[in-house]
Amino acid sequence: MEKAIDKTGVRIGMWIFLYSEIILFGGLFVLYAVYFHNFPEDFATGGKELNRIIGTINTLVLLISSFTVAASITAVQRQKTGQAIALILFSLGCGLLFLVNKYFEWGAKFAHGLYPNSDRLYEEGPGFNIFFGLYYTITGLHGLHVIIGMILLSISLVLVIRGRVTAQRFAMLENSGLYWHLVDLIWIYVFPLFYLVL
Amino acid sequence: MSTVTEHRDSQHFPAEHASFFATTSPPGQKGIWAWLLTHDHKRLALMYLWAVFFWLTLALLLGLALRVELMAIGETIMPADVYNAVFTLHGVIMIFLFVIPAIPAIFGNFMLPIQIGADDVFFPRLNLLSWYLYMLGGAVAIVSLFTGDGFADTGWTFYVPFSVTTETNVSLTVSAAFILGMSSLLTGLNFVTTVHRMRVKDMGWLQIPLFTWSLYATAWVQILATPVVSITLVLVVLERFLNIGLFDPDRGGDPLLYQHLFWMYSHPAVYIMILPGMGVISEIIPVFSRKAIFGYKGIVVSSLAIAIAGSLVWAHHMYTSGMSDVSVFVFSLLTFLVAIPSAIKVFSWVSTMYKGSILMTPPLLLALVFIYLFTVGGLTGLVIGAAGTNIHVHDTHFIVAHFHFTMFGGTGFAFFAALHFWWPKMFGLMYNFKRAYLGAILATVGFIFHYVPMFILGMQGMPRRYFDYLPQFETGNFLAGFGGILLVAGILLMFVNLWLSFVSRERAEGDPWGGTTLEWAVPSPPPVHNFIDVPRILDYPYDFSEVLRRAAEREKGN
Amino acid sequence: MEEEQEHQLSYRFLALILGGLVVLTAVTVGVSYVDWGFLNVPISLFVASCKATLVLLFFMHIKYEGLAIKVSFISTVIFLAIMISFTFWDVAFR
Repeated sequence: MEKAIDKTGVRIGMWIFLYSEIILFGGLFVLYAVYFHNFPEDFATGGKELNRIIGTINTLVLLISSFTVAASITAVQRQKTGQAIALILFSLGCGLLFLVNKYFEWGAKFAHGLYPNSDRLYEEGPGFNIFFGLYYTITGLHGLHVIIGMILLSISLVLVIRGRVTAQRFAMLENSGLYWHLVDLIWIYVFPLFYLVL
Repeated sequence: MSTVTEHRDSQHFPAEHASFFATTSPPGQKGIWAWLLTHDHKRLALMYLWAVFFWLTLALLLGLALRVELMAIGETIMPADVYNAVFTLHGVIMIFLFVIPAIPAIFGNFMLPIQIGADDVFFPRLNLLSWYLYMLGGAVAIVSLFTGDGFADTGWTFYVPFSVTTETNVSLTVSAAFILGMSSLLTGLNFVTTVHRMRVKDMGWLQIPLFTWSLYATAWVQILATPVVSITLVLVVLERFLNIGLFDPDRGGDPLLYQHLFWMYSHPAVYIMILPGMGVISEIIPVFSRKAIFGYKGIVVSSLAIAIAGSLVWAHHMYTSGMSDVSVFVFSLLTFLVAIPSAIKVFSWVSTMYKGSILMTPPLLLALVFIYLFTVGGLTGLVIGAAGTNIHVHDTHFIVAHFHFTMFGGTGFAFFAALHFWWPKMFGLMYNFKRAYLGAILATVGFIFHYVPMFILGMQGMPRRYFDYLPQFETGNFLAGFGGILLVAGILLMFVNLWLSFVSRERAEGDPWGGTTLEWAVPSPPPVHNFIDVPRILDYPYDFSEVLRRAAEREKGN
Repeated sequence: MEEEQEHQLSYRFLALILGGLVVLTAVTVGVSYVDWGFLNVPISLFVASCKATLVLLFFMHIKYEGLAIKVSFISTVIFLAIMISFTFWDVAFR
């Protein structure tokens, strides 16, 4: 690859990877759709068990972090390295906050006897069990993606600090950003499907 | 490999023409590291080649062992539980380590960049990662054999509830499949980006050779379908460890959804397996007919149509599973649609040969065998695709025979054809034709004797995956086992023959067959940087007028 | 390679998008306190899709990408839709 880097090509590659992530979650959404069709009432009762306020806060946290990541790219383009570093650090903080919230949320559910294969889920009936089964699977997989996104952002942060990400060459930051937005995108659907079902 | 590097005669070529065997790609990498850390698509292709040879031979012998076991009633060479593990292992290796990766990873990696006039794939380092994932997946499969409570005995489909409850080491086997899926997905990602961004400037979309086109269509299926099986396999592991109950009817789950998710990938996956094979045949037939391929656009469109229609028919694997009748009806109808683009291809190949000036060679013979076997496989597919007849033959040996005709008679023979077609290009060496013909004929005859009895056994009602059977099935099973031995012998003869080309060292020229696509315009084996000058692109990729003119001149010279 | 433009979006514009996303989040949470009957799910999915579109178009720059990415993204969404809807040929008629 002695020629100049083909940025469009790199982006195509990254997008294709994102498609595979979308379909990965898509498999779980197939399950969600079918089980929601089978147990609409149980899903509504299950949804009431979840904490809407924490859910909303987490949604806002992810949206804001998406904004700061997008802004960090603008900062790099404008050669404002200081601003870029601050914005990425802030996004990482948001990711951490999201995970901390998630930790307390899951912890509270566990305390109420709502965890995979628990006696309470078994007694509350099939639909309820499926709702929480899906809840843990989807939010768990999503949480894993938040962690991966944070790792990618951290790598980009190091590269920005070392001056390896510049206004001419910021594919790594851009791709980490795309990944982070994808994590946000999935949460945008997960949030109403689990927290707001009536 | 080492024999090749030692014997290269680089004095024939100027330095930049020296073959990629002779030149280590990045400086400072010596010996084995020049291979293990290479980014060169050609070296990676060869590394895949050796790995695939290993797995294919292993799985062939396992399959033969199964058939030998079935040759007589009762236990002959292995007990029933070993039999279950062996057919699972045979299926997992053949599907995930041979049929899916073989043609794209070996010939795709080697030829795709050259066919479009590029130096390498778009993400060379990712390509290396794919290879390591492939090797890791294979290694995990081996580890799962000897750890836990033995290799999975579920069959390659890992159906719940059995896969969740069985004691055997399903989790690790499933992880191997997951890793191999990643490898295949990254290869697809690489190919799509390469085709989009790295074609030589003059090459428009309708000047791309058909093999590359078929890989492009395949790559999209790899990208969009593979993640479904990844998540499905993750769910199996989660169920085994956390017992969530997502597929447990007692706790609200629906086991049929597992089958839906599984086939949402695995049906498109059969097109991942066959499309590259069809691409190979579309290259071989015009070259040895000395005639432009009939219906270039038709073949391109049918590749894409197969990729799309193939994604809409997954539930035809589930007619007898208890899903709704509406669903059986819809999926049966859609299944028949897939037959159309496949038939377009078969007719195009046959029409290409019509009034062509046919030159018989081992790759052409294997391609013809492919057309015959694949047609039988495809037509019996319609028997199964029709809901009514499906119920009669579901889960019988008829199914086994059908998918072996398509996967083995189709993809397998396309793989052999590709090996014989591109072997001179990859190594610069020509093999012995007589042995190649003998191997191909032996394998074909063996194939027919092996699988045709299974069609009959299936019609008679012999189920698949059974360890033992009733006396009326004995003749068929005995015949099949006998054919199996011939088949394996023929294939091993082909392999040995190719291997012997390293001993006889008969040099092959740059264009031994008279091909028109770009891989025949570079020396055999190609240099590290595929093209020294920007290659000239034909207006139409299968224009043989120049090949014919050269042949006529040679004739005059004599 | 032809158009190596780098689209630079101003902070102000990005903040505007964020504002839109926050408002939509408020809408979807607010709407969830009212029972709309069978429209519950369509409404919340519609709002979610609006949010997703904003993120895709502007945060993820899809608006400024070439045809290849736009078409392939839409194909992916169609494939996802097929996965879900075709399963209902079975589930809805059982």
